[in-house]
Amino acid sequence: MSATPFPAGPIQHCRGRAVVVPGDDIDTDRIIPARYLKCVTFDDLAEGVFADDRRERAGDHPFDRADSQGAAILVVNRNFGCGSSREHAPQALMRWGIRAVIGESFAEIFFGNCLALGIPCLSADHATVLAVQAAVAAHPGAVLQLDLEPPQVMLEADGERFGWPLELAAGPRRMLVSGEWNGTAQLVAHDAELRATAGRLPYLAAFATA
Amino acid sequence: MSAGTLYDKVWELHRVADLPGGATQLFIGLHLIHEVTSPQAFAALDDLGLSVRHPERTVATVDHIVPTTSQARPFADPLAEEMLATLEANCARHGITLHGLGSGRQGIVHVIAPELGLTQPGMTVACGDSHTSTHGAFGAIAFGIGTSQVRDVLASQSLAMGKLKVRRILVEGTLQSGVYAKDLVLHVIRTLGVKGGVGYAYEFAGPAIEALSMEERMTLCNMAIEGGARCGYVNPDAVTFAYLKGRPHAPAGEAWERAVAWWSALASGPDAVFDDEVVFDAATIAPTVTWGITPGQAIGVDEAVPTLEQTDSDERPIAEEAYRYMDLRPGAPIEGLPVDVCFIGSCTNGRLSDLRAAAAVARGRQVAAGIKAFVVPGSEQVAAAAEAEGLDAVFREAGFEWREPGCSMCLAMNPDRLEGRQISASSSNRNFKGRQGSASGRTLLMSPAMVAAAAVSGHVADVRRLIDTPSSPEPAPTPA
Repeated sequence: MSATPFPAGPIQHCRGRAVVVPGDDIDTDRIIPARYLKCVTFDDLAEGVFADDRRERAGDHPFDRADSQGAAILVVNRNFGCGSSREHAPQALMRWGIRAVIGESFAEIFFGNCLALGIPCLSADHATVLAVQAAVAAHPGAVLQLDLEPPQVMLEADGERFGWPLELAAGPRRMLVSGEWNGTAQLVAHDAELRATAGRLPYLAAFATA
Repeated sequence: MSAGTLYDKVWELHRVADLPGGATQLFIGLHLIHEVTSPQAFAALDDLGLSVRHPERTVATVDHIVPTTSQARPFADPLAEEMLATLEANCARHGITLHGLGSGRQGIVHVIAPELGLTQPGMTVACGDSHTSTHGAFGAIAFGIGTSQVRDVLASQSLAMGKLKVRRILVEGTLQSGVYAKDLVLHVIRTLGVKGGVGYAYEFAGPAIEALSMEERMTLCNMAIEGGARCGYVNPDAVTFAYLKGRPHAPAGEAWERAVAWWSALASGPDAVFDDEVVFDAATIAPTVTWGITPGQAIGVDEAVPTLEQTDSDERPIAEEAYRYMDLRPGAPIEGLPVDVCFIGSCTNGRLSDLRAAAAVARGRQVAAGIKAFVVPGSEQVAAAAEAEGLDAVFREAGFEWREPGCSMCLAMNPDRLEGRQISASSSNRNFKGRQGSASGRTLLMSPAMVAAAAVSGHVADVRRLIDTPSSPEPAPTPA
């Protein structure tokens, strides 16, 4: 369970241990099986994170290994978070302690759900992600320093320092570093613009303006 | 960059503002909600002291958690009961219409909105469910969202979105008899991959698409998300308008003609520019079945499970994982693989035409020994229409169970689920590990007619052989 506060305000860095969950196309049913969605709050979702995979691996799942405990940075491969749109998936990861994700690519809805929670999903090419994963494996429990401007991750261990460039599109990056990733207030504030848009939609006026 | 497509036109029309982060604030014309992804959004709205901006553009139903055997309240599962009670309270408090159990209009959210005429061409449609892409069948821009975005739409009837690229999926030719929209979309996903559509909207076009009914178009767009495309759509045409005419929320009277004129003008024009185009030939597509653990791991029913050598190098790890999980041998034929459970239903294939296609196979035949087979209509209206034409009796006589409407065994949020290592033949949309409720359960996705063929055969079977031969001899004279 997470000991650190949930994301709030501007997000420019993330520091912590890494946990590597390798494999492509890891879907949100695997991140949190559907039975954990029977709830009206997100409060207790941490216990469900990767529940079926963890049971199958009987203690050997990355989320159960001793050197992953307290990890804040999740490292994955391609198309992570595909499938169901359930925000319960990033919520469960966040409540377990994850504050940033590095991967080769992300499913769009998952990426957006993470952004709405203040969890940056940064990408890198295949070779770079494999290198990060290998470095984490070679230095169990080492602390990573992740920056958004410029997007990069560094690992310091045994007196050595490794660094890799990452990618994050300008829009989401600006939203995170400015603290405007939780944008409900901003959307609501555009009252006049919302009225103007509604006013030009033919289907809201019985097609009288079509 | 795309230009002149339906996607471009609808996007431009719904653009509220450009946001400082670079995203677009997009107006949402229709917001659909259900019991699973809305309670936390309503709670967040309360925390912010906000109300629902357009309760009249928000429509609710209950689908994921409802039992399909008895729907009497309170539900046996107290968690399910709490979720429905919370939805009822939230809708009552905010003045949102809820199509609840027994209303005659309840059902899977992606089945009821079209059948009520709520989904219309040119709208933006959002719902906290990835299969919202279904509504693109009408020429709407429809996509799934997470709960934080449900909160945003409740509060502002808008969303922060980035514009997608547009890929035209041009399908020439004609589908063979026994080959349906489900086979077509599984074939597309198999070809382009489950990641192929990330960053794209899919426009489905061409003669084979124009020949599809609205219900088939819904099946097609429903699974765009399984190919990675957050939305898929079909340009509105005479088929669309004929489907909509007379539905409760469709425009009527003078407004109808104006609506049709506007809808017609939305279609991608001859000068439309696409970011990408891929061409398929419908005639070459066989009934298609998934063999693995992603919807892209699909083959024609007359093909064998691909070997590693036949698999792209970066798809090999997940192919190996699939061989292990599914307990299938590379190179083995899929036809003849025994199944345990046969499920017909879901937002992909729980509509009347789906049930008709399955009933045509089941009629006069019997579910094979040892197989549990059941049919779950997508909505109360689908159930009533199917019962009115006797499809329930056809299924029951063949040994299928006939259930109440809901999401059922598509996902494990209600009592319908696989047990242990069972294999299902399923008309649903996802064959992910554990998807149908057992951590080791196995799912073979296929069309409803193919599920019926598997049920009466006891194993994966080519439905083309069953529909080409008469399913039943004339009824024998009743002994005196």
